[in-house]
Order: sequence, then C-alpha cells, then structure tokens
Amino acid sequence: MAFYFAQFLTGLASASSLFLVAAGLSIIFGVTRIVNFAHGSLFMLGAFIAYSVSQHTSFWLAVTMAAIAVGTIGWCMERGVLRKLYAAPELFQLVATFGLVLIIQDAALWIWGPMDLLGPRAPGLEGVVRIFGEPIPEYDLFLITIGLVVLAATWWTFKRTRFGILVRAATEDPEMLQALGVKPSTLFQATFFIGAALAGLGGALELPRQPANLMMDLNIIAEVFVVVVIGGMGSIIGAFLAALLISQLNAFGILIFPEITLVAAFAAMAVVLIFKPYGLMGKLSIATPNAVEIAPPMTFGRIGSFAGVSLMIVLVALPFFAPSFVVVLLSDIFIFALFAAGLHYMMGTGGLISFGHAAFFGLGAYGAALVVKGFGVSMPMALVAAPVLAGFGAIIIGWFAIRLSGVYLAMLTLAAAQILWSTAIQWQSVTGGDDGILGIWPSTWATDTTAFYYLALALCSTTICALIYLSLGQHGLLLRATRDAAPRAAALGINVKARQWLAIIIAGVSAGLAGGIFVFSKGSVFPDVLAIPNSVDALVMVLLGGLHAPVGPIIGAGVFALLEDGLSRLPYWRALLGITIVIVAIYAPNGLAGVFSKLRVLRTKST
Amino acid sequence: MTFVRTIATAMLLSVFASLANAEPIKIGEINSYTRLPAFTEPYKKGWQLALEEINASGGINGRSVEIISRDDAGKPGNAVKIAEELIRRDNVVMLTGTFFSHIGLAVSDFAKQNKVMFLASEPLTDALVWSKGNDYTFRLRPSTYMQAAMLAAEAAKTDAVKWATVAPNYAYGKDAVAAFKQVLTKLKPEVKFVDEQWPALFKIDAGVTVRALEKSKPDAIYNVTFGPDLGSFVREGTVRGLFKDRTVVSLLTGEPEYLEPLKDEAPKGWIVTGYPWYAIDTPEHNAFRKAYEARWNESLKMGSMVGYNMMLSVAAVLKEAKSTDTNALIAAMKGLTHDTPMEPITYRDADHQATMGSWVGKTDVIDGKGQMTNWRFIDGASVLPSPEDAKAMRPKG
Repeated sequence: MAFYFAQFLTGLASASSLFLVAAGLSIIFGVTRIVNFAHGSLFMLGAFIAYSVSQHTSFWLAVTMAAIAVGTIGWCMERGVLRKLYAAPELFQLVATFGLVLIIQDAALWIWGPMDLLGPRAPGLEGVVRIFGEPIPEYDLFLITIGLVVLAATWWTFKRTRFGILVRAATEDPEMLQALGVKPSTLFQATFFIGAALAGLGGALELPRQPANLMMDLNIIAEVFVVVVIGGMGSIIGAFLAALLISQLNAFGILIFPEITLVAAFAAMAVVLIFKPYGLMGKLSIATPNAVEIAPPMTFGRIGSFAGVSLMIVLVALPFFAPSFVVVLLSDIFIFALFAAGLHYMMGTGGLISFGHAAFFGLGAYGAALVVKGFGVSMPMALVAAPVLAGFGAIIIGWFAIRLSGVYLAMLTLAAAQILWSTAIQWQSVTGGDDGILGIWPSTWATDTTAFYYLALALCSTTICALIYLSLGQHGLLLRATRDAAPRAAALGINVKARQWLAIIIAGVSAGLAGGIFVFSKGSVFPDVLAIPNSVDALVMVLLGGLHAPVGPIIGAGVFALLEDGLSRLPYWRALLGITIVIVAIYAPNGLAGVFSKLRVLRTKST
Repeated sequence: MTFVRTIATAMLLSVFASLANAEPIKIGEINSYTRLPAFTEPYKKGWQLALEEINASGGINGRSVEIISRDDAGKPGNAVKIAEELIRRDNVVMLTGTFFSHIGLAVSDFAKQNKVMFLASEPLTDALVWSKGNDYTFRLRPSTYMQAAMLAAEAAKTDAVKWATVAPNYAYGKDAVAAFKQVLTKLKPEVKFVDEQWPALFKIDAGVTVRALEKSKPDAIYNVTFGPDLGSFVREGTVRGLFKDRTVVSLLTGEPEYLEPLKDEAPKGWIVTGYPWYAIDTPEHNAFRKAYEARWNESLKMGSMVGYNMMLSVAAVLKEAKSTDTNALIAAMKGLTHDTPMEPITYRDADHQATMGSWVGKTDVIDGKGQMTNWRFIDGASVLPSPEDAKAMRPKG
C-alpha cells in the first residue's frame, strides 16, 4: 500500500509540472484562439534561461527571472508577429508559431551550444522525506504544492478579479466583449505574458529534474496539447485533472505494461474524446466549430486553367532538358503536393482540420511496403493497396472524428496518428519496428528516375485534378455548405455527417496514394512517416499555399520543399526557414496563392 | 607525320590526365546535424580535422579530397533524397555518415539499389551489417551487440543474479537489452531478469521509472538510457537510493557526450563503455588530442574520434583502391586495415563490420568531473561472432 501511495505522489509531481505548461497554453488558446505550437519552445527557453541565471545567483531567483523573461518573450511574440495575424484566417497563426519554433530551436543552439546542461538541484530540497517508509524527494512535494498554488491562484484570478472576468468573457464570446468596448489588444498581450510566463516557470522548475536540452520543446508540446484537449480547451481545472490523469496512467501503467510509455497519453485522449467530445471540462462554445472561416467558393477561372495546362506542358517536357537531380526533386514535390492536396480538400472545402494527416500517408506507405514484402506483389498492385488501406483507415478514424469539430476533431486525428505510430514501432514482427521495411524499390520499368518521374506526375496530377474537380463541383459545394452553415445544410436535406465522413475518406485515400508512391521513391519505410512532424509539414504546406485556392497545396508543397532543400545547405538553416515562414505569414495572410490572386485583382483594377 | 601526331596526342592526353587528377575526389556525407547536434557536431569537427591533415599532406594519389556534407534533419526520406543529389549532381564517389539507425538503414538500402559504396560511421544497429547487411555497406563504430557483449562479460564477473533493465523504447534500446541478456545468460546461466522498463526516448518519467525498478528489488541494473534521459535517471535514482549497494552496468555512459554534462553528480562505480580521452597516454592518441585541441579549442568527445576514424578509413580505402570505381572501392574495403589514434582497425570481409573497439571501466568523480577509472581497451574483434557465424546472419545472395 505504501508503495502505491508513493507511486501516486511521484505521479502527482509529474502532473504538477505538466499542468504549469498546459495551463499557459490553455489560457492563451481560450482568449486568443491561437493554437500555439511554440509553447514547448517557451518551456525550453525557461529551462535554459534558468540554467544560465543559476550559474551566477541562487536557484530560486533564477526560476523567478526565467518566468519573467519568458513571459516577456511571449509578449514580444504577440506584439511582433501574432498581432499582425488576428485578421488572417484563424488557423494561419499556427503556421507563424511553427516558424517561431524553428527560430527558437536554432537560437537556443546558437546561444547555449549543443550539449545538455544539468542545472543545480533546488537548494534546501535536495533530500527525501520518508512517507510510510517510502523515500519521497522533497522537491517532488514542492512541485505538488506549486501546482496546487498555481491552480488556486489562476482559479481565484478568473473568478474574483476584473482581469479574470474579462478573460472569461473573451473566452466565451470575444466579439461581444469587443462590442462592449473592451480593447482586446491589451487583454491579448496580458494573456500572452501570463501564458508564456507559466511555460517559462514550468521549464525552470524542470531544471532539477532533467538537464536543459534542445529536445525539450518538441518533446513536451504534444503531451501538453493532449492535456489541454482532455481537460477541455480554455479550462484551467480541466487541464489540472487531465495532467493528473495522464501522469497517473503513466505511473501505474508502467508497473503492468512497461511499453505503455509511447502511447498512454494519446490513447487516453482518444477514449476521452469519444465519450466527452469537448474534453472533461470543456464547453461547446469554446470548441470553435467554425475554425475555418466562411469564404467565397473557390474558383479556377480561365487564367487558372491556362496556368494549369502550361504547367503540365512544362512538367512533361522537363526531363528532356533538366538535370536528373531536378527530376528527382520534382518527383518528391509531386508526392508532397498530393499529400497536401488531400488535406486541403478536407480543410479548405470541408472545414475539417487535421493534425494527424500523416496517419493516412503512413498507412499508405506501410500498406504498399507490406504487400510487397508479405505477398511479393509488384509495384502497380502495391500502389492500389496503398490508397485502399489508407481509405479503410480513414473510414474508421473518420467515423470517430465526425462526431467532433474544430480543434477537437484535429486532436482526435492527431491521437489516431500517434496510436498508429506507436503500433508501427511496437509491432516489430510485422512492421519491423524502428528498423522499418527495406528494399521496396519500383518495378524494373520504373527504376529509371525519368520513368519514375512520369509515373509520379501521372498519378499525382490526375488525383490532384480529381480533387480540384470535386471541390469545385457539386460535391464540393455541398461540403462547403456543411462547413459554413451546418444547421441550414441539414435543414436542406444534406446529410452533414455523411458528407464530412466522405471528405475525410477522400482525403485519406489521396494521402495513402502519396504514401505509396513515397515508399517506392525512397525504397524504405520507417515509423517517422506516421509521426507528428510529417503531419505538421502537410499542415504548413496547405496553409502556406493558401486554404481557399485550388492550387494552394501545389504552390505550398513546391515552395516548402524547395525552401527546405535550398536552405538546408546553410548553417542555422532552420532559423532561416522559420523567418521565411513568419514573413510569409505576416505579408501573405491568405497564403501564397492569395498573393497571386491579389496581384491579379490589382492588374484588373489598373487596366 | 604520324609519329608527330602520336606524340602530340600523347602529350595532350597527359595534360588532360593531370588536369583531371587535379580535380578533388568528392565524398558525400549525410548526418543529422540539426536533430542531434550534441553528438554530430564533435563528429563533424573530427572528420574536418582529419580532412585538413590529409589535404595538407598532399591528398590521395595526388588528388585532394573534398567532403560535401549535408543535414538530413533526422528524416530518412530526406537522407535518401540527399543521397540521390550527391551521386547525381555532385558526382561523389562514395557515401558516408548517418547517426540514427533507421537513417543508416535507409541509406544502406539506397546504396545497394544504386550500387554505390556507403560507409556508415555512427549508427549502432546490428541489422546494418547482419540481418539487413548488403555488399555496398560497411560500418565503422562498434555495434550495439559488440558494446553490450563487452558489458555482459564484465557483468558476469559480479555476484549479481537478479537483474533489472531500463532502456529507451526504440530499436537501439531493444537490441541492447536483447544482446546483453543473450551474452550474460550464456556466460552465467543462473542469472534472472526480474524487471524491464521501457521509457519513451528522451521523455523518461524518471521518478516513476526508478520506483518501478526499485519494486522488483534487483541485485543489479542494466541501463541503456542516454542523453537527457540519463541525467534525469541518475538524479531521481540517486535521491531515491536506487543505486545504493547495487551493481549498475550502463551502455555508452562513459562517453564524454553523456558523462560530462553530469559534472560532479556523475554516478560512481558504474561499469560502463566509454572513452577516457583524458587518461589515454599513447603517442598516437596524444598527437590526435593535441591536434584536435589546437584546431577546435575544446576537449575530445566520442564523436570526434568516430569522425576522425571515418575520414581515415575513407583515405585508406581510396589509397588502397587507387580508383574511385565502386567495385574497386568495395574490394579494397574488404579486409582493409589502417591505423587510428586508438588501435588499428580492420573491416571484416565476412560482415563488413570494423573491429574498432571501446574502453570499459568504472565511473568516478575526479575534481568535480565524471571520469572513467580502472579502464581497459577491448578490441572489437574479440567480441564479434566468428566470420562464419556472422556471414550466416547476413541475407543470402
């Protein structure tokens, strides 16, 4: 019994430190509706800053200063970047925060160097206390206290102070609050400061538990998202309960099934979302059912068709004069364009956001690889199996996902992708685990890079054209109706959920085909095709290209792939990529495709 | 007239030949520089130093060597794309590098498909040279199995019978535990493994992991966690008394990359593999250390040694092959022996694994720094399976 109580306390300490970071993210989301990908980076900065300060002064002063410094950095982020984006489509800010992640990663490497930095222990709290004979570190008890204090303080602030009431009002109905004369910018700045300071505090307090290192940002961000979603976005008490749930699940889970560490949090999130679609303490109103704003129907027009046909002619002729490496790079871009196009279809036309699009890409990739290895089939058959398996996965994931909307739907897709990712790692006998599946090369007729180029071009362009045709045609219009006015669409006899389900399946099938082609271009597949960075790449490509233009994903994939390929030769290239993304986000809030249509409008006006 | 023309042609040809010879030999290098800078930056400094030394002494067969180094950002798909670019656009004669095992495997499979030689410098997975080995791939660093076997031999000498293991939940951790169990059980059949913990890589919840290990009351612990996980594990384990009166055997922990950040909190008395650069006193190593410290103004890491040796292997094989043709390079690489700042190493013909060894010793804190004491060098050849057994593990054909 004593053992289990002590295990509970240890889990509670982890819950506390998770809660600090999650609370900040939750507050920021509640008020500004920004899904802040850079929150993990603020956490990491907190640890590094606390480390540097603690080399010169006491640990406690270092923790305080780190929290204030990171709060200030958050404030600057809001003023310098995100403020310029409040008029942009809501999700677009996500791209900017992703750019900030890249910038902060390289800045931290430049300032603190590559080595892990082990900070000091908390003075006065180095020892253990015996509780029922079990040793409990004093610092764990301190963390538990801090967690409860922050919980109480935020609760009191939100219930009792004017600031808190304004924040709650902004969370419930931001437009009404503005109409009543409250200036949102001051509120947003204050919120960002507090949210970031909490992340910084969390990072600084982590210093006695783990060395400050360059992987802290991405390691914590997924977990924090999970906590915020399980708790209900915008709910502080919910975040606390969720942090508790996840930490205890981990603490007791590993006693029975040690491998649970990979998947526990995401499995818990999937289960919670299926039974409580808006999280434990979440409310429907904050779930932003219309996370993609109402937009006019997409058009293609004569210029679009002309550009499309010219592009195809250039691409078909290209291998005759371009060097063979350009051909290889372009084959890659076709695959990514198709991957992004499916996501663009469900997000742009359907308003269904996915943070886990890699699930379908990965299912396609593994599907193709497994039929080749397991049944010895040739490439054409494998390229059929890839979209079929991905479509099957989309049927199942979609069935659960359509009960939700907005960011919750996105998080459920993320959970699905993470569950598939951990399956690919653990199910070694079938998937080869981390060592992957090797030797999946094209049939002999397509081994040549030019032949493979035409194959990829044919498959990708046909599917992308089909997707554009779908979104411009009747099917797309019906889907758009479910996005912009679901109740009216339902009243008109449109089966809203069925339409959405179909959109997810279509997106899944196209991503699966992209995954299948990808395997044959690389010759091997590893669990990383299912991992979060792959989903984020797809998201960035779609948003960078433009959510409301049919050619958005093509432009987005092309620009992103070329940028990455070109910049990665330079030192600190991630920061350069991040800066480019932030600049695009600020100056092209409708994506790159939006810039082109704006130019067109300008030209029409001047003539 | 014919004679004059022949002479003129011959002269022209020789001019062209010498011009061609002046062209540097290009080598393609791919690594996860931005994903894991803590390990790959010292590695890069290592091969840069060797490259400068080689070119300063006149290059190879009269030609200088050029390395085209690229960052794969930790993505195997990127690594394969870069490999294509290196062989198609930059016309490199061979590929080298990679840190993560899965990226090493992806590039190795690419090398086989495209018939280009690949020298994997850092990935540790056994599959690379055994179950998924191929003709075109060679590996420098001692593999997971080799390092685990070195530690298992030491573990067998202790009194411990009940063992618990803790390893990151991915291929390297799984392989390292499997190899340790296999070798230790063979050496000492009475050992029992009473618990195993699999924290997520770089996301260890150290407190609960330490308590779960404590619960099984083992005599000894075998640790495979590294990087930031190791720091957390050591702190939580020390404060909770997990390591008190227990034997701890720990993979790679003696490497400066992992031991140095722990400073005066480095564990004492753990049996580890690693690199005690501060205490090795041989003429070869002293020269290497002096050159490295002078060039980079920082201390040696394990990665520095691996990078340096990689470059020496590249130089040796180019010299031996006297050609940059892939088949000639592979033929030269099989059985190639060359000197290093450690002992000389040989690339085995049977499985393409280098016999690079490692140091095994005990950790201690000296002058506030984690260091290895009582160490000795173990030759990689002594822990490798026999050539016949190794060959049997490789795919046929």
